[in-house]
This record gives sequence, structure tokens and C-alpha cells, in this order.
Amino acid sequence: MSNEMKRRIFLKRSLAAGSVGVAAATGLLAPQQVLAAWNKAAFESKELSGALDALLGSSDVSESADIKVKAPDIAENGAVVPITVDASIDGVESIAIIASNNPVPLVANFVMGPGATGFVSTRIKMGKTGDVVGVVKAGGKLYSAKKEVKVTIGGCGG
Amino acid sequence: MAKSIKIRAKEKGGVTTVKALMTHPMETGGRKDKKTGKTIPAHFIQEVVCKHKGNTVMMAEWSGGVSKNPYISFKFSGAAKGDDIELGWTDNTGKSDSMTSKIK
Repeated sequence: MSNEMKRRIFLKRSLAAGSVGVAAATGLLAPQQVLAAWNKAAFESKELSGALDALLGSSDVSESADIKVKAPDIAENGAVVPITVDASIDGVESIAIIASNNPVPLVANFVMGPGATGFVSTRIKMGKTGDVVGVVKAGGKLYSAKKEVKVTIGGCGG
Repeated sequence: MAKSIKIRAKEKGGVTTVKALMTHPMETGGRKDKKTGKTIPAHFIQEVVCKHKGNTVMMAEWSGGVSKNPYISFKFSGAAKGDDIELGWTDNTGKSDSMTSKIK
């Protein structure tokens, strides 16, 4: 179990026990941000490398053939783009899904518990044509794979 | 609050595949109302936690970039048929919901 995971479980428990004040006093929670587990810096970062730095502590990513990002070649509706990341790497700790041309590139980060395999599937929004990048953290290192998706109607604007 | 989660979990050969659908508007906060021109406030799920026997098997952090009425699927090992699986979400307004289902 990674340290990140332990911290989250600790946060959950301290919240459940109603000792939010204690956690806040120890500096774990910012006063207005009860949901401190959510990585605000990473999810508000407009830059890909900044988001990775904030989320995973590094933006040093190497491409890997062991990761498959499944996505349509052409997405007619950018509001719903099915994405599957399948990593055949042992000891996957987390999988991040990034739409590189979105206003906020980091779409989702899945933290896998012990026993979970390197597989996630979800649906994301894409503002315009761009690469969908799957960043997999395994054994403390970052690996990635990408796939270009052409978007005909963007799904982020109004 | 009406149940906003549908969850299915199936065990096969030691690996459990979990599929879940949540009902949520997933507003990014960047969209404008076409009639009034006002920005629609952000309203999206920030955190999804899935537990099996009290252990977190998967925890997801999301931005508003996940589609409306989100779908997720993932796999994990170590569960048996008939075990309870719990999935819950929390959004940026502090609302939350959870649902427990049996692994088939």
C-alpha cells in the first residue's frame, strides 16, 4: 500500500470519527477544503507537466508498449468519449487519464488498491482533437501510452 | 436522495469486474448558459471510492472532464461470489451517495 493510499484512509477515518478539527489543526486539511484528499492543484493545472508534478510528484514519464489506451479514432460527440486503459504491468499503483488539449488536461486519476489490476474504463469529455494519454504509476515509476482522438463536436464548451 | 448509482460486479476466474454508472450532471464550471450568458457553476464528482470487505480496492479522483452520468469499470482479484461491494461518490458541493451490491 502506497503512502498516498494510507493518507487517504487516514483522512477518511478522521472524517468519519468527526475529528475534522484535529486533522485541520495538524495541517492536513485546509480550513475551507474539507475534501482535501482531492488534489486541487493537479486538477486545476492547465499544463500537463504541472498536473503530473502535483499529482504524482514527477513528470518524468517514459512511454511503454505494455499499456494500451483504447479510444475511438473519431469521436463524433466530444461530450462522451469512451476510454479504456489496460496496463499489463505488475504492481500498478495508479492510472491517470489525460486529454492533452482540454482546458484542464487531467481528467481522472484512479488509485488502485492491492489486488486491483491495471485496467480502468470510463467516459470522458474532450474539447477538441488531441491525444488521450494514459499515465500508469507502477513501482514508483511512470509509464504512459497515448492515442489520438479526432473530435468533430467539442464537449467542453456551451 | 434517490439512488444515483447502479453497480454490477461479476467474479470469474478469481478476477472481479466491477461496472458502475452514476447519475450526475458533471458541470465543469466553464460552460455558459446560452440564454442568460451566465457561467454555470461547477458541479462534479470529485471522488469515487469502491470498497470490498472494508478495503479500498479502487479510489478515483475526477475533474469535470469526466462525462455526464459517469461510467467506470475496473477489475480486481481476491473477492468471491456473494461478497458485498460498496461504491460511493462525493462531489464538489459535498454531496455524496453510496450503494452496496453483491458480487455475482
